[in-house]
Amino acid sequence: MLSVDKLTKVYKTGDKALTDVSFTVPKGQVVGLIGPSGAGKSTLIRCVNRLVEPTEGTVRLNDLDITRLRAGELRRARRRIGMIFQEYALVERLTVMENVLSGRLGYVPFWRSFTRRFPGEDIAKAFRLLDRVGLSAHADKRADALSGGQRQRVGIARALEQDPELLLVDEPTASLDPKTSRQIMRLIVEICRESGLPAIINIHDVVLAQQFADRIIGLQAGRVVFDGPATGLTEAVLTQIYGEEDWTAMRQAAAEDEAAEAEQRDEAKKMMRAL
Amino acid sequence: MSVTDIPAAERPVWHHRTLLGRLAIYAGWLGLVALFVWCWNIMTERTMWVFVYDAPHAAADLASRAWPPRWSYMDRLWQPLWDTINIATLGTLLGIVLAVPLAFLAASNTTPSRMILRPVALFCIVASRSINSLIWALLLVSILGPGILAGILAIGFRSVGFIGKLLYEAIEETDIAQIEAITATGATKAQILNYGIVPQVLPSFYGISVFRWDINIRESAILGLVGAGGIGAQLQASLNVLAWPQVTLIILVILATVVVSEWVSARVRHAII
Repeated sequence: MLSVDKLTKVYKTGDKALTDVSFTVPKGQVVGLIGPSGAGKSTLIRCVNRLVEPTEGTVRLNDLDITRLRAGELRRARRRIGMIFQEYALVERLTVMENVLSGRLGYVPFWRSFTRRFPGEDIAKAFRLLDRVGLSAHADKRADALSGGQRQRVGIARALEQDPELLLVDEPTASLDPKTSRQIMRLIVEICRESGLPAIINIHDVVLAQQFADRIIGLQAGRVVFDGPATGLTEAVLTQIYGEEDWTAMRQAAAEDEAAEAEQRDEAKKMMRAL
Repeated sequence: MSVTDIPAAERPVWHHRTLLGRLAIYAGWLGLVALFVWCWNIMTERTMWVFVYDAPHAAADLASRAWPPRWSYMDRLWQPLWDTINIATLGTLLGIVLAVPLAFLAASNTTPSRMILRPVALFCIVASRSINSLIWALLLVSILGPGILAGILAIGFRSVGFIGKLLYEAIEETDIAQIEAITATGATKAQILNYGIVPQVLPSFYGISVFRWDINIRESAILGLVGAGGIGAQLQASLNVLAWPQVTLIILVILATVVVSEWVSARVRHAII
């Protein structure tokens, strides 16, 4: 369980990115964090694993106060927090396997990681995960040889290789096309459901957020302005978060997209059966 | 309504520069020409024009005495040529060994101490760069005595600055997202370096090293002039006794070596990048 209490972040420039943000995420819950650009979504999830140092407030993961940890303890805490990034953030010149195994860096001593001699069970787990995300054939390819959707799958496998107790997901679909976006979101949410893994997913696409998240937290200028089930996102709430926009039309377009995709999938299944 | 419909007098006028601006530019050109004439006068004040007028004749005379190259002298060049290549290669290796740690200390994103170690590392890099390898060789020959060792150290010390500077710039240009992702897995500093930064700078590192080796081949060919070993010593000896056909041969050999090293470094860089 993750609990964030009165989290505030003021950057050195004096910009107040977050103000008194509080919420708790129970085991197995998938939270969609929505809000316009600059609302503080990225800062918020980076405060959880302290890639960004919070100014005030506490972050507790299973009763461990992350905000108070010293360097060594923080590293140990980070091992249990998987993170998935916007532009995949794979190490481009390493192979897919090395990227996935880098999820174990916190658990192995330097020499083993330097010589790439990871323990057998880590390697077995990496193969299992690559299989799970559908990339087992690509293990020895270099990461920069993959497409956007494939790279994000490697990113997911790397995060899961850590054996995380929490997933932080920063705009996983921002550089992907609509169809791949939906596939990636489905994969992340499925994996969370399978293992009861709580997740915070930053996402600016409201429709995707509503479709896949159990709960939505809306940020506006660094403050929580909405916190509730996905169904509670009314026109009025969205307008409060993002400003005036034709939300009904946007949802309709997205629904059409999805219907077309479902149809395509059915077609594909039919063809597979025919073969 | 098209542009041609507007009477000529009413069409909007546009000039790239104002009248004053144009005048200023003409005045600037005039000033430059005056400066050139003045400098030319100072420059040629002590030139003895008889020698200059005689230059084509003198050059032809030198060429006739230097041609054909004395091919038989080649027997005595293989060893110094081998020395030259060794000076360049070992000097480059020494430069790499010293420059890599300096580069990581000097890069603002990997330096362990911004206040002390970074300025020290930057100073070492600048100091090495500001002294030509010929000057390094002069200093080292007077400390160590003549020979190949002084040449290797001279090439190495000069290479530190070159490799260090280019490498620390490459380190500073690494993609922060990849480093952040490795940090988020709970990796230690050494592991972040090994997994997040090194793979990103490795291609630049190979490119820089091979490029410097290529430059060092050229530089080590003249180090012998000050007694630091290699083919330059032969050049010096031949010049002293006015053995022009030998000088021609040595210059041809240096040219060939440089062409080959350039070809090798181009192939290696192409293979990596």
